[in-house]
Amino acid sequence: MADPEAEPPDALLADAPSQALVALPREADESPLDDPRASDVDEWGRSERMRALARRVYDPVYRNWFRVEWEGLENIPTEGGALLVANHAAAIPSDAPVIMHGIETELERPVYGLADDLFKGLPVVGTLWSRTGGVPAHPDNAYRLLREQGQLVLVFPEGSKGPGKHFSQRYQLRRFGRGGFVEIAMRAGVPVVPIAVVGAEESMPTLYNMSRLAKAAGLPYFPITANMLAFGPLGAVTYLPAKFKLRVLPPVHFDVEPDQPRYSKSRIMDESEAVRDHIQQALYDMLRKRRSVWFG
Amino acid sequence: MGRRILVTGLGTFWGGRVAQALEQDPTVDIIVGLDTKPPSVELERTEFVRVDENYSILARIVRATQVDTIVHTFLVVNSDQMRARAMHEINVIGTMNLFAAASAAGSTVRHVVVKSSSLVYGSAVGDPTWFREDTPRTKPPRNRVERSLIDVEGYVHDFAEDNPHVNVSLLRFSNVLGSDIVTPISQLLQQPVVPYILGYDPRLQFVHEIDVVRSLAYVLDHEVAGIYNVAGDGLLPWSEVAAICAKRRVPMLPVGTSLATLPLKVLGGADFNPETIDLLKYGRGIDNRRLVRTGFRYQYTSAGTVAAFAEAMRLRRTIGDHEPGYRYESDVEQFFRHSPAVVRDQH
Repeated sequence: MADPEAEPPDALLADAPSQALVALPREADESPLDDPRASDVDEWGRSERMRALARRVYDPVYRNWFRVEWEGLENIPTEGGALLVANHAAAIPSDAPVIMHGIETELERPVYGLADDLFKGLPVVGTLWSRTGGVPAHPDNAYRLLREQGQLVLVFPEGSKGPGKHFSQRYQLRRFGRGGFVEIAMRAGVPVVPIAVVGAEESMPTLYNMSRLAKAAGLPYFPITANMLAFGPLGAVTYLPAKFKLRVLPPVHFDVEPDQPRYSKSRIMDESEAVRDHIQQALYDMLRKRRSVWFG
Repeated sequence: MGRRILVTGLGTFWGGRVAQALEQDPTVDIIVGLDTKPPSVELERTEFVRVDENYSILARIVRATQVDTIVHTFLVVNSDQMRARAMHEINVIGTMNLFAAASAAGSTVRHVVVKSSSLVYGSAVGDPTWFREDTPRTKPPRNRVERSLIDVEGYVHDFAEDNPHVNVSLLRFSNVLGSDIVTPISQLLQQPVVPYILGYDPRLQFVHEIDVVRSLAYVLDHEVAGIYNVAGDGLLPWSEVAAICAKRRVPMLPVGTSLATLPLKVLGGADFNPETIDLLKYGRGIDNRRLVRTGFRYQYTSAGTVAAFAEAMRLRRTIGDHEPGYRYESDVEQFFRHSPAVVRDQH
């Protein structure tokens, strides 16, 4: 994450008004330029056409395999930016597509999913990921999406530590990074909307992590999953039909001035811990009420 | 007294076009152009001085001509144009000599404009979608052209800091396309089939050569100091670029791309250097709003630039390559500029 405070004052970068900034005769012609685009890929690489196609393909999985149920969808703003924050699980995370699909079909608002650069670097996968709404998790990207474009942005603050954990640790939230998501939301002046997800953990449980192989392959983890034991090689791409339940918690507003160069680190850590705790408590509550992993 | 301007790299596309633009400006009294080779465009009143590539006699020229403005366009941004050492001589040593001359005691220089490139941001997996002027690059440079440009920008910084009375403008240009300029990207797009790296479809940004010249003239006119990105609005995928140019695409394997494209380089003369390969994998976007905030207006978006380039390519295909009919002849130019026999317009 870029450190905004490590910036020395720079004569060439300071936005001090040079002569030109004072009073320039604006050119009269301010009509928009001709922009002959030949595709609908936006600046983030997302294509609404590809996204709609992905939704059509994914819908049977969402409805019939995972049988997703939501509560508290009304907590997601219908307009303006908001940072959606959820727990992260399953060796190949099944939660991101479920959340994006659900919100996009229910609220008809696009959701941009922030993820590790790992995806961007992969051939084919990286391109598909970006066309269907994935954005590299860089603070500048998040800020621009939230503050300037008023979009819904999904982030998993646990990062790869969530999906990489052993099945015995299921629903135990990992550390929420360094609270960068809180800082972004503060700077962008948007609320954080916590989401608790039940079901993802059981859709692809990690039984063993081959950490040496992972290190050699440059991956955060390299799991042996229950799916692989059950389905063989197909298990790498086949989820177990766990029942998904999602609960959207009330939005958290930070009462701070946006666009500050820095925010109190202790405040950030406190808020981050509070959001994490909200989600953790909601998960415990949902698990208390869950009778069956497969039928909810 | 009008302005007195020194243009480095007069023989390049950039320098020549900027000098042409400056000649139209009646407030500019004197234009002196330096290069190792003569200008390739017709110039009316620009004085051409042939120098060696690291500008060792620059201090004398600056003193003798008393210029108040230096436009430094003589920077190599295309690593296939020459060998590493020659590029280092031109970019790094040339810039050092230029700034040494400009900051010498009694120097009359008050404004320096340097043409840099968005190559200084690199192109890597961890990059933000948009680079602002103050966004640091995410990976240290691995190729020589980026390293040398970063060195050059370091000298620009030092010079600006040591000479607060001088307006320093540093422009970083995105991928330039147009009817005249030859770049690694324009060469790729002129192949019968356009290569892409299998599995990657990065988003690129373009700036039209007309906006390039306009932006240089703009910062000169308005004395806009500071670092500015110069690029058209919007990003578009490489596949879309090929589609606008109505070209079929041919895949290159993501590993060993530089080796696989060797025949292309030898046969077709197309550049496929390391920085271009990075660009065709990860793309790059630069935030152009800082210059827009000073009042500059672009004439082309990224997509508009590509479309205009495609049209120029089609025209050339029909009417053939119009080699510039102009050749610099020293005696002829001296005659037109200085002979009493020539009747000159008085401004």
